[in-house]
Amino acid sequence: MFITVSGEKKEVKDGLRLEELIEQENVQTPQYVTVSLNDEFIETQDRDKIVLKDGDTVEFLYFMGGGAWL
Amino acid sequence: MITLKKSDYEKMLAHARAGLPAEACGLLAGTIENGDRIVRKVYLLTNTDHSNEHFTIDPKEHLTAIKDMRASGLVPLGNWHSHPESPSRPSEEDKRLAYDPHASYMILSLMDAEPVLNSFHIEDGTSTKEDLHITD
Repeated sequence: MFITVSGEKKEVKDGLRLEELIEQENVQTPQYVTVSLNDEFIETQDRDKIVLKDGDTVEFLYFMGGGAWL
Repeated sequence: MITLKKSDYEKMLAHARAGLPAEACGLLAGTIENGDRIVRKVYLLTNTDHSNEHFTIDPKEHLTAIKDMRASGLVPLGNWHSHPESPSRPSEEDKRLAYDPHASYMILSLMDAEPVLNSFHIEDGTSTKEDLHITD
């Protein structure tokens, strides 16, 4: 099946779970990456339960934040 | 080297001043040519912390901006935020939360009458000042 990952169309195996895709894509510090699936943000604990479907669109967004003093 | 247009700098400054007393934030997009990073678009986004000491870029706006960058043929270059009451250098928290080693991190200080903008590379908790040029 084909999915779109960070804007690129890719062929992946049927039944691929979102967590497996994160490993496959070598996402660095995945615990600090927000994942969206078809524009919906996915809770970290749900990544392993979600099975991707043909045509899905996945985005990985690094958390961007900080502080002034500490 | 990283280059920023003066007009984009002025947009960042206006957004930062409008957001006071909270920190303001946004994203940087552009092109990389012969290793030089050229900012071609700045995104003025929402600090969901609404704090003068912390910022978090709204993830929904972040996602929208990433799509806009792609549609415009630009690549993400990093982010920027303001320090309303502290210098233009990464705090320990800024360094700890800088998870993207490919990003430039610009910090706009408003602590003095004259604003100061610097750009940093942050990796493994260590920051290095980048050669920032503001052009007409």
